Amino acid sequence: MDILLSALETLARWDVALALLVGSVGGVLIGAIPGVGPAVAIAILLPATFSMDPIVGLTVLLGIYGSSMYGGSIPAILINTPGTAVNALTTYDGHPMTTRGEARRAISLAYSSSFFGGVFSVICLILFAPTLARVAPMFGSREIFLAALLGIILVVTAHRRQSLIAAAMASFGIWLNTIGLEPVKYTKRYTFEQSWLSSGVNLIVVVLGLFAISQAFVLLMSEDEKVRLTRLKGSFFQGFRELARHPRLASVSAGLGVVMGMIPGVGEFTAQFMSYTYAQKTSKRPEDFGHGSSEGLIAAETSNNAVPAAAMVPLLALGIPGEALTAMMLSVFYVHNVIPGPGLFQNRMDFVVALYVALLILNVLVLVFLLFATNQLIKVVRIPNRFLGMCVLILSFVGVYSLRNSASDCALAAAFGVLGYVLKRLSLPVVPIILGMVLGGIMEVKLRAGMARVKSPLDFIDRPIAMILFLLIVLVLALHFTRVLRDHKERKAREWSISHASTSFASRLYRRRVTLSKVRARRLRAKRSPFSRPSTDGK
Amino acid sequence: MGIEDEQDRGRRRAGQLLFAALFVLGALVLLAYLPDQTAWKSRTRLFAQPRFWPGIGVAGMVLFGALHLRAEARRLGRRWPVRADWAEARRWGAVLEHAAWFLAYVWLVPRAGYLPATLVLAPLLAWRLGYRSRRMLSIAVLFAFCVVVLFKGLLAVKIPGGALYEYLPGAWRSFFILHF
Repeated sequence: MDILLSALETLARWDVALALLVGSVGGVLIGAIPGVGPAVAIAILLPATFSMDPIVGLTVLLGIYGSSMYGGSIPAILINTPGTAVNALTTYDGHPMTTRGEARRAISLAYSSSFFGGVFSVICLILFAPTLARVAPMFGSREIFLAALLGIILVVTAHRRQSLIAAAMASFGIWLNTIGLEPVKYTKRYTFEQSWLSSGVNLIVVVLGLFAISQAFVLLMSEDEKVRLTRLKGSFFQGFRELARHPRLASVSAGLGVVMGMIPGVGEFTAQFMSYTYAQKTSKRPEDFGHGSSEGLIAAETSNNAVPAAAMVPLLALGIPGEALTAMMLSVFYVHNVIPGPGLFQNRMDFVVALYVALLILNVLVLVFLLFATNQLIKVVRIPNRFLGMCVLILSFVGVYSLRNSASDCALAAAFGVLGYVLKRLSLPVVPIILGMVLGGIMEVKLRAGMARVKSPLDFIDRPIAMILFLLIVLVLALHFTRVLRDHKERKAREWSISHASTSFASRLYRRRVTLSKVRARRLRAKRSPFSRPSTDGK
Repeated sequence: MGIEDEQDRGRRRAGQLLFAALFVLGALVLLAYLPDQTAWKSRTRLFAQPRFWPGIGVAGMVLFGALHLRAEARRLGRRWPVRADWAEARRWGAVLEHAAWFLAYVWLVPRAGYLPATLVLAPLLAWRLGYRSRRMLSIAVLFAFCVVVLFKGLLAVKIPGGALYEYLPGAWRSFFILHF
């Protein structure tokens, strides 16, 4: 109780209240604009928060993180375009409801589900905080190294069908983090005798390049689309009544969001798919899923909003971010000399609880704002894509240049922007690079510290938590390889079942000849067609 | 067939092989530089060696990059880039124009100042993107002004005053350096 009062005292300041308001309203706005998303906004605002008090800066960023998914559901439901990536599943059932004239019902259900998910997770974590405070000190250097290793393995294995390139990207991140002067032996690593590389590659420069500048490039290279919006009439309170009819589904989905959010590298997508599958399996009308099912919408929106608060657990308790957004927030902690980890839970429990209470207040603020401002808010989806790209590019400059006023940082960010653009075009994973950089740094420091007291390799896992983490790593790897083998067998079986064509050289030549003759015939037909444009050559 | 299968099928094929090959090539170059660009200290354990973690990173890039390249070659049924891959590479190259705009902005800010540079760039880029109406150009100018006021004036982010501000008369000079 004392801790709670102390936390409320921390929050009872005008600047924190303003940060809560700006974070919540700003987050909803950013979430509602397709193509921007919380990662871009947090990356841009990160350097601006460095001059603020830690609780103020973190409240703004947490506000954007926690409220963007509320806003992201609006375009997902109304125009079938998710505002943020995690709202993709909302389009499955939200948009079909709009097409049959139930847009208001869908939006109100999304708001109420999101609110329930957000509040449920914060309450769970406030209740769970004393237990965490007891467990966190049991994590020494070895345990944190193993937890970081588990995090990086989970990030890689979570990219199903892309785990090889995800592992390569995570390795790239680990390598990037080693550039510059090594802090123990003071030797240079991969600086190529360039003075601007001696201080290393700044995480925020990479984050801004890969998330903000690359997104600006994606928008600048895209086409503008005409959006037709549905005007929403009436109140948005009916969703709460409908949500109350599905208490079990809402609780299980929120619970899955909390659990998945706490595991590094897993996050919203897995939580959503698990709760959606659960909802479909336990529903009396599973055939409605994907065609405007209210239960599907509840499952998707409740689980994704339960994740942000839970994702703060590994960050605050162990100093290990589980995904890109919490990795960005880690840099805010470091700038203010607040080191997240077991010590934070022991010495500054009021700070941790204050963050959770801020998230709770934030959910209420967002809901109130949305209940009254949705009709005005939906107009932001009309901003043309390329114009938005120009805005993001100009805003990205503030983020990069204000760090160290360095032109080389900006050039590096632009280079990472191009890399991010290529990765986005090819649908290849970007997040493992960031987590490789952050977790690679943690692993280097903790392994060095942990190995100093270890005589044989087995000593490394002789403590209970270290042993549990080691067994988890083995289990995750075993499950991953089993799944890869099963996928491989399934793919082979599918290939054999659909492939009737012979693979001999003569057959290939024959098929090639047939294709070429078909193309030639098509060209001739087009030439002789009475509707084709007459040639002006040679006349 | 699950959602992952759908995503896998929807993945762009052109350029995959080229990117994978370039990634492995880059990783091999970094591996070749490993002995030259990192140090190996005597009487220091393996895990504490300055070369250990860059080695892990580069080795991972080479190993997983090569496995990814092999998997892509098998998935696509070919070993060499085709015309579609090069067309995709040209598309990657087209984005360099926007990177050049960004770098020009970076070059201009310390010289002309944050406010003038942003007021020039925003409408100019909007014009280049095809927004020629007075309304859109005015919005671009207004946006540029608001960004500068918000970040430099209110949030006081660290962006130095432009060299051009030195020519302003006394009080104006310090006002512009502080707020714009």
